[in-house]
Amino acid sequence: MSVGTPRGLASSGQKPIAEILHPLSAAEEPLSVTVNLGGDKTTRVEFDLPEYCVWRRYQDFDWLRTKLEDSQPTHLIPPLPEKFVMKGVVDRFSEEFVETRMKALDKFLKRIADHPVLSFNPHLNAFLTAKDLNKRQGLALLTKVGESVKYVAGGYKLRARPAEFCAMGEYLDTFNQKLGTIDRIAQRILKEQSEYLTELREYGTVYSSWVGLEDELRRPLEGVAGCVTTCCGALEDLGENMSQDFLPVLREYVLYVESMKNVLRKRDQSQAEYEARLEAAILRKQEDRSPMPVEVEKCQDKVECFNADLKADWERWQSNKRQDFKQLLTGMADKNINHYEKCQAAWESLITLLQDKQTEDKTSETN
Amino acid sequence: MTQMSCRDLFSEAMVEEGSTLVRRMEICVAEAEKRSGKNAVNMQETFTVYLIETRAKRTKQNSPDSLWRRYSEFELLRNYLLVTYPYIVVPPLPEKRAEFVWHKLSADNMDPDFVERRRIGLENFLLRVASHPVLSNDKILHHFLTEEHGWKEVVYETGFQAKADSRIRALSATFRVRNPDKRFMEMKHYSDQLQSHTSQLLRARARVADRLYGVYKVHGNYGRVFSEWSAIEKEMGDGLQSAGHHMDAYAASIDDILEEEEHYADQLKEYLFYAEALRAVCRKHELTQFELEMASQDLISKKQQHEELATGIVRTFSFKGMTNKLFGQEAPEQREARIKLLEELIAEGEDTVKEKTVECEEHVERAWVDMQRFKEQKDKDLREALINYAVMQISMCKKGIQMWSNAKECFLKM
Repeated sequence: MSVGTPRGLASSGQKPIAEILHPLSAAEEPLSVTVNLGGDKTTRVEFDLPEYCVWRRYQDFDWLRTKLEDSQPTHLIPPLPEKFVMKGVVDRFSEEFVETRMKALDKFLKRIADHPVLSFNPHLNAFLTAKDLNKRQGLALLTKVGESVKYVAGGYKLRARPAEFCAMGEYLDTFNQKLGTIDRIAQRILKEQSEYLTELREYGTVYSSWVGLEDELRRPLEGVAGCVTTCCGALEDLGENMSQDFLPVLREYVLYVESMKNVLRKRDQSQAEYEARLEAAILRKQEDRSPMPVEVEKCQDKVECFNADLKADWERWQSNKRQDFKQLLTGMADKNINHYEKCQAAWESLITLLQDKQTEDKTSETN
Repeated sequence: MTQMSCRDLFSEAMVEEGSTLVRRMEICVAEAEKRSGKNAVNMQETFTVYLIETRAKRTKQNSPDSLWRRYSEFELLRNYLLVTYPYIVVPPLPEKRAEFVWHKLSADNMDPDFVERRRIGLENFLLRVASHPVLSNDKILHHFLTEEHGWKEVVYETGFQAKADSRIRALSATFRVRNPDKRFMEMKHYSDQLQSHTSQLLRARARVADRLYGVYKVHGNYGRVFSEWSAIEKEMGDGLQSAGHHMDAYAASIDDILEEEEHYADQLKEYLFYAEALRAVCRKHELTQFELEMASQDLISKKQQHEELATGIVRTFSFKGMTNKLFGQEAPEQREARIKLLEELIAEGEDTVKEKTVECEEHVERAWVDMQRFKEQKDKDLREALINYAVMQISMCKKGIQMWSNAKECFLKM
């Protein structure tokens, strides 16, 4: 450890909470990252203030992620929201798009800050404190290229993958499939609801247009038209919520699955590398009785470390996934309940209104 | 106390004034059955018959009197009432063929749901007629309810078909009448609007029902995917599986919801058809008014002709005048004969005008009373229908909340 290495963020509950605030409008604006240090200030040596702000752009997040992947290859790095969006298809400057992206980036940072190993990473530190990240961008690109070349050229053959990692792989494949299905179902629901909404609006106007023809029936007809309008509004909100909160989280998990698969592949590769070296060393040993080279032992360590890290990360990921989906699905149920509650309230107040009128009429008749 | 049958109740009706049939008698269309038989062209056909049961209220008659009737017999009854009481807004029959259907409902007349709704509609028709202050006293109606065989012959014997106004006459009256009662014209306009609005509403409602069905059913897919997903999960598995079942239940719940909404549609349909009956009364006014105008016009022209012949003064152009000038005047005996004939025609014409005036005025008076009655009934019924619709919506919302709450419980256990 060299001097000047900043102490990591304490993991005893005094973690800083990185929050992302509203971005300014206009082109690819940097987002404001607020770092709020909860708890005891004394554990935070390297940060000047208990709460401060830095501005970061999407490509800065991308840089951070790449650096984390490179420096912590045995760990699962949370995914970023999708980098490339087709210009024609999605409005990159629309409020909804920016809001959705912001929530995803917020989650990304929080997951890293939560991680017992990743939160100590110097790159995270730099991300959160440096005035200007731009200088480091160039290097990042080069390093990324280098790594990918290595992986392509690799092609080591794996002897026997331990069962637990096979199971992980299978799980991820099936889980991915299910995520895709749920995504499609959710989209279909959105479509059907949107068509229902169109017809419902038209239906409401028919009641409204009838009002002018009647006198006694005016109130009930107006009332029904009003309730239908309220239901339309509630339905709109439901749809918005589905597309802004529900679907993005699903898609994020698809990216997560991709990252996880990547890490599994890397693990396989490091195991393959170790096995190859081991084989070579054994052959040499048989020939000239030389001791096991250090590199082979280092490789073995590396593999064992990788396996341990991966297992730990997997457990954590499973646990987080469970929480996330519990929250996501409960949220979906809540929004639907909410929608029905709004509609029910509207219809109930109409009945009260009409029944009051009825008793009003009766008393005026008897008078 | 002697066992009183429904037939006796009818004779009583003549005595008791102001009390409609339905107060003294329970009427219901209890069942529907499929029958086969030969039709007019000796071909085998299948049709549905409906069981009409009647029971005298006062005497606690043990078993009801009953008979079977086809839809076509109901139609015949209604046509008879339309012709016999042209100043009454005659209650409509349920539709002959299923219309305004949303995709899941079949448009098949033999479909059991359709038959059931028709049964209810026919009962409703009978109850409306039997509670009408004028219609409920009609003998043919009484026969319809009590004499299964030979009823048709009795109806035809009334000769009502001959009294029916021809379409062409009615149409021509509509175009050529000069001074129809303003109130009737307003009422006619109202009936057009009522018809337009109810049919628009029925169409829009059917489209909404279609879409809502789609939304609910797609949620059933969640049931399947949650089930599949739960298979690869450990702690999350149970919660997901149960939640999936609730999603299936949610998807299935729409069937009952929409079935119930059909009753609302039926109530709207009744008034869609009622609008037509209202318009018929207005058109009858146009016709009687027109006939009165024609008769008056005819009388005036005959009087004029008489005057011309009697005084020799020609006021207006006439062919007779023309030919007189061209071919010479006719002989005095011929003139006398024509004057005499005209006097007879004028006397007849005056009687006709008196008749038509009475007819027209009576129609206006009686129709106005019934139209007011109809308006009050319509306001009450439609208001109730709208309130019931709101109640249905509330029930649907409650069900939705229940289902999603159940699902939420399961998600929380994940």
